[in-house]
Parts: sequence; structure tokens; C-alpha cells
Amino acid sequence: MCLGVPGKVIEIHGNKCTVDIMGVSREISIDFVKDVKIGDYLVIHAGCAIQKLDEEEAQNTLRLFEELEELSHG
Amino acid sequence: MSDKIMLAHGSGGKLTHKLIGDIFRKHFSNDILNKGDDSAVLAVPQSQLAFTTDSFVVSPLFFKGGNIGKLAVCGTVNDLAAAGAEPLYISAGFIIEEGFRLEELEAIVSSMAETARAANVRIVTGDTKVVQRGAADGIFINTSGIGVIPDGINISGSNARPGDKVIVTGTLGDHGCAILLEREKLNISSPVQSDCAPLNGLINEILKICKNIHVLRDPTRGGLATTLNEIAAQSCVGITLYENSIPVKDEVRGVCELLGMDPLYMANEGKMIVILPAESADAVLEKIKSHPLGTNARIIGDVTDKQPGRVIIKTITGGSRILDMLSGDQLPRIC
Amino acid sequence: MAKFIDEFRDSDTAKKMVNIINGYKGKPVNIMEVCGTHTMSVSRYGIRSILPPNIRLISGPGCPVCVTPTAFINTAIELSRFDNVIITTFGDIMRIPGSNSSLLQEKAEGRDIMIVYSPLDCIQISIDNPDKKVVFLSVGFETTTPAVALAITQAAEKGIKNFSVLSANKTMPEALKMLAADPDTKVDAFLYPGHVTAITGTKIYEQLAEKYNIPGVVSGFEPLDILYAVILCLRMLEKGEANIQNVYSRVVRNEGNPEALAKLYDVFEPCDAYWRGIGMIPGSGLKIKSNYSSYDAWKVFDLKPVDVKDPHGCICGHILKGTKIPSQCGLFGKACTPENPVGACMVSSEGTCAAYYKYENSTNNI
Repeated sequence: MCLGVPGKVIEIHGNKCTVDIMGVSREISIDFVKDVKIGDYLVIHAGCAIQKLDEEEAQNTLRLFEELEELSHG
Repeated sequence: MSDKIMLAHGSGGKLTHKLIGDIFRKHFSNDILNKGDDSAVLAVPQSQLAFTTDSFVVSPLFFKGGNIGKLAVCGTVNDLAAAGAEPLYISAGFIIEEGFRLEELEAIVSSMAETARAANVRIVTGDTKVVQRGAADGIFINTSGIGVIPDGINISGSNARPGDKVIVTGTLGDHGCAILLEREKLNISSPVQSDCAPLNGLINEILKICKNIHVLRDPTRGGLATTLNEIAAQSCVGITLYENSIPVKDEVRGVCELLGMDPLYMANEGKMIVILPAESADAVLEKIKSHPLGTNARIIGDVTDKQPGRVIIKTITGGSRILDMLSGDQLPRIC
Repeated sequence: MAKFIDEFRDSDTAKKMVNIINGYKGKPVNIMEVCGTHTMSVSRYGIRSILPPNIRLISGPGCPVCVTPTAFINTAIELSRFDNVIITTFGDIMRIPGSNSSLLQEKAEGRDIMIVYSPLDCIQISIDNPDKKVVFLSVGFETTTPAVALAITQAAEKGIKNFSVLSANKTMPEALKMLAADPDTKVDAFLYPGHVTAITGTKIYEQLAEKYNIPGVVSGFEPLDILYAVILCLRMLEKGEANIQNVYSRVVRNEGNPEALAKLYDVFEPCDAYWRGIGMIPGSGLKIKSNYSSYDAWKVFDLKPVDVKDPHGCICGHILKGTKIPSQCGLFGKACTPENPVGACMVSSEGTCAAYYKYENSTNNI
């Protein structure tokens, strides 16, 4: 019961915001995420943002995957 | 004069004739129809004929990219084109609910006429019935069509052979996605439009450069997955698809990611599956891509002799899964 | 290009991870995922088909579609038959068979049943239909429950009187403890659900790892997330470690989401819950607190769920715990098929038995 998708914040109105997912937009609640800014990526589930996507951590994770690659050649 | 359809419009009297003149004949006008006889008398060349029928009950009646009327003409034209036939004549039967707005009826009929002109077919005969309120969902349309198959063309769902390539003429899921967003109250804004279009022109171009096309079919209800399963069963072959090759518009992907749905099970009304010998695939692909209705065409898979009747899709992990036929309607999910 | 989605579906990286996994030559291991979305993702990307025979991926009881009791569906159907009730629900619930019917069948019979993407949409539906009672069918775990709680508090703030929630929500920790403590369960490592953990934080798993010595990885749902998590499980098993690692750090903070949890427990409190195929797990459910009882459909309509026993011969409990496989069930493929599912594991299209049924003619490793 965990289908969540990253959406980019394009508009904010109070405790709601509009996110864009590949050209599709939807209004969602940001009651559970603090300090939302335009351009942030939020993980959306059932019409609510459940967390802000940490872009730096995403890059860290991808780097870990790359390092795994090197190990496989070792 | 009422702006709505009344039961009297279906009773065969003055009102019926006025309706036929004001709306149907006005838009569909051609020599054969205008004769006003009970049957259309047609001249057909000595040839194999293709004959098809379909009923259209789509709800909503109007959607981004089209309406039930356009859908009906495209559906019938495309079924004929899928037999390798040149579509010639179409019949149109209407069952209209009492209270249906004349303005909407005219919009639908005008759209059918426009689509028929674009496809170079004539609507030569028809019928109109009116039923009581509640007995139809606004309007139901049945269209039947006749086309001629040139000599040397033998296209059938049972002709796929191991070694063949599978081409799709464009992006998948557009129509199904557009209808879903109109029908369910999901509060999603999207530029997705139905891809509803007549494909006989495109098919004609393909057949000019390759007479040896094995299978043509449009992946309508149930989507690409269901249609390929039908072909795999009819031809007793296996089909392997490559996930990375399958073209899907971003906005359709966006809706599917949000709702947990699969574009491979969504209907298409302006796309064709083309299965043909491998040696012709590249040339035919280029031909399709040079046509306005085929710019996003791709080779998406192979026909094999492994696991006959089964459709397999190779995913980005290198692993594969079975792509079953759709059972029931696909629904948005949260899991 | 879909940002933060496509990078985690990179084909070359996936194939390199698959190579590493196929380099595992240790003793056979069972890795259990406990989230329906993991089950879906594993199936969608054909992950089982590229695992070597000594690694088995088991689908545990994390699919709310599978574990929602028949009695809940029967109650929902009963409610849908009231003239003045609009049922709102996630699409997943529509096809679950009740004792005699399903919501999909009832919709075909003309009952007022609407699929919604978010429980928050019910607020407007309630406002638009003042002479109807709008009931939301609430299933799900910690990921979804905060959104339902929010819908209830927003309805209360707006003074909406015709909205209520029929809840069968559950929480993961008690079910996980039951699995870990069960001597029959043959789980060597867990893949923990990334979005549940985004809400709860990782503490609940740390206690499990310590007490039962089972390593686990908090994983996202993209194929690279899952493959990487499998690799980390294997590494910990090879070293005999029983730690918790979080590889979904772009979404999961160790402390979870305190705001969401606070909203959840503002409206809901723990209770016992019945899991289809497993039975009663104490403290694993959530019920609406008494101060929100006017939004509790069980109370508003004075409903009492009738116990429905699992059918005779159904061994879903064993399947969900990984102690038996579908082919060992006497009903599998005969009385119980995807078209006519009897037990929990066949109900969802990607449940263990449904997946096994689909793949039984291929060479996939199930």
C-alpha cells in the first residue's frame, strides 16, 4: 500500500501545493512536510506529500550504485 | 422547435425525416446516401471484400481528442485497414436516448463526416432509433464497413511466424488514459488526448513497399498486451517484447506512475501493430515514421517459437515477466 | 526523462547488480519483502527470473489487498446497498471477493461506488452531496493512514456531518514481530517497506534485528533500489551481521515523519486486527478514537463485522510466512485460481499464489 511518486512543486497555496509529474499535475496536501519551496521534489502518496525528496541523498545513492560497479570488476 | 431528441423523432414520420435531412444527410451527403433508398446499391470491383461491424458505447461521449462519432468511423476504417483492405463504404446506425441534445448530436455527426472525408470513405446508409429516457447512455452507434482487398494481400492474426519483427506505429495508452481521466473523478490535470485517427492512409503506404505484411491489428480494448496475446494464440507463436523500446508519451507515463497503472493495457484508437518478416522491418519502419500518424513508430519485439501463445516482456533488469491478457478493467491503485 | 525515477531504472546498472547477485554462492537464503508495492515491483521488473536458485524472494503479509478480511468487504457491500450512501474507495479494493459479491459487481448493479485517488477528495464529494452519506473504505498501513486521519480532521474543522470512514487500517510492527518470532518462519533477511518507514522511522526494525538476529534493508521501489537491497542483505548474511541499513535515504529519515505520525495517532489508536490468511494479531490494527466517533462508520451505521473463517484447505498463512509454497496447497489451481480466488495470496494479481500461477509454466524461480 505504498505507491509513491516524486512530483516537482510548481505552485504553493497554503497547506496545499500543485506538483508536476512528467507534464501531469495534481493538487496535493503538504500538511506533513515543512518548508516546501517551488522546485522541491515531494514524494506523493494518496494525495499527500509524505516526505521531501533529498536530492543530495539521491545523488549519494546513485554514487553508491556506481561504486558497486567498480567492485564487480575487482 | 425542441432542442432535444423526442420519442417522435424515431417514429418514422415527419420528425424523423426532418432529423435525417437537418442533421444526417446535411453532413453525410453523397450520391448513394442522397438517393434515399432502403438499401445502398454499391459498385464493388471483383476482389476479396473485407466486412466489419462495431458498436460504440463509450462514456463520456466527448473527450479530449475526439468523440463517440469520430471513434466509430476510425474504429471501422481501422478494422478494414487491418485486413489490408481499402475502406470504401460505411453504414451508421444510431440509438439515441430521449432527451439527447440536438446540438450534441450534430457535433457528433459532423465529426463523423469530417473523419470519413479524411479517410476517403463514404457513409452510404444508416438508421435512427429513439429509446425512452434511461434505456441508452445518451447515444449508441453501430458502424459497419466494406473494403476491397487487393490481390496478393493475405493479412491475418494467424500469420505471425517465428523470426518476424513486431512494430507499433506510435505511442501507447493515449486513448485509454484520456478516457480514464474524463470518466473517473481523480482531479488530475493532464494534456493527454485520445489518439483516435483513421489509419488506412498509413497502411496503404506500408503495403506499397511491402506486400508481405503478416499481421495488422489495432490494439484497442485491453491495449497492446491483450491484442498481442490474441495474435500469439491465433498464430501459435511466442512474442517477446523489449520494455526499453516501447514508446509511451511522458504525460501518459505521469498518469500511470501516479495511479499505478500500465499503459500496455490501455486502449489505443490511432495505432497499429505491424508484424512482418525481419528483412523488411527496417524499411517499413522508416516508411511509417515518415507518415504524420507514425512519427513515433518503433520495433518493439520479436516473434519466437518459444512458449507458443505466450507474450513475454524483457524488462530493464534483463529479467522477464509474462504479459498476460487483461482480465477485467484496469483500475487505479494505491498499493 | 522522469527525474528521480528513471535514474533508478537504469538498465546497465541493473544488469551489473544482477551479475553481482548471481555471484552469490552461499547457502540458500529466503529474503522476505512485506509490502504489496514491493511485490508489484519485483513482478513488474521480472526480478525473480534473474535470481539464482539459492536466493528466494518471499512475499510476506504486506499487501493490504490480500490481508483485508472478507468480513470487511461484506460490510462495505452491505453499506453500498443503502440508497443514501456513496461509497468512496481506492481502486485496489474493488475486486476483492466478499462472501457473495465484490464492490465491482455491486457497481455494475448500480450502487453508488466511486474510485478516488485520495481520501481528501471525499471532503468535496461530501460537500457536493449534502443529502447523501459518504463513506470512505480505509485500508492500508502507516503510509496511508495519516492521509485518512487528515481527511477526518479537515472534515471536522469544516463541520462536515455526512462523511465517515470504515477503517481496517493496520500497522506493521506487530506483524513483523510475529513473523520473526515464529519458529516455522524461514526468513533470513527482510526488505523493509520504504514508504511505511518514511512515516515510522527505522527504530521498529532495529529492535527486531537485535532480538531475532535477522538483518534488514529499508528499500525503495525502483528496480535498482530492490536489487541493491538484495545485495546488502546477502553481504550481511555472508558476514553473519544482523543490522538495519537504509538505502532509501533520499526519502527515509531515521526518525521518520513525526508530523504524519502525530496526525495518525491524533485520530487513530491501536486495536486488535484480523489479517486474512493469518488470523488475529493483537495490537496490529488501528481504530478511530472516540472523540472522532462521528466520523467512524462502524459507529455511525452501528455495524458489527461478522467473522468469516478462512476456507477449509486454505494454507495462505503458511504461504505468507514463507513456510510453504503454492504448489503444496490442495486448492491451488483447482478451487483457487486468479479468476476465482479463494485465499489471500491469490486475491491480489501479484500475490504469491497469483504470481506462481502465472509463472508456473516458465523457468522463473518462484
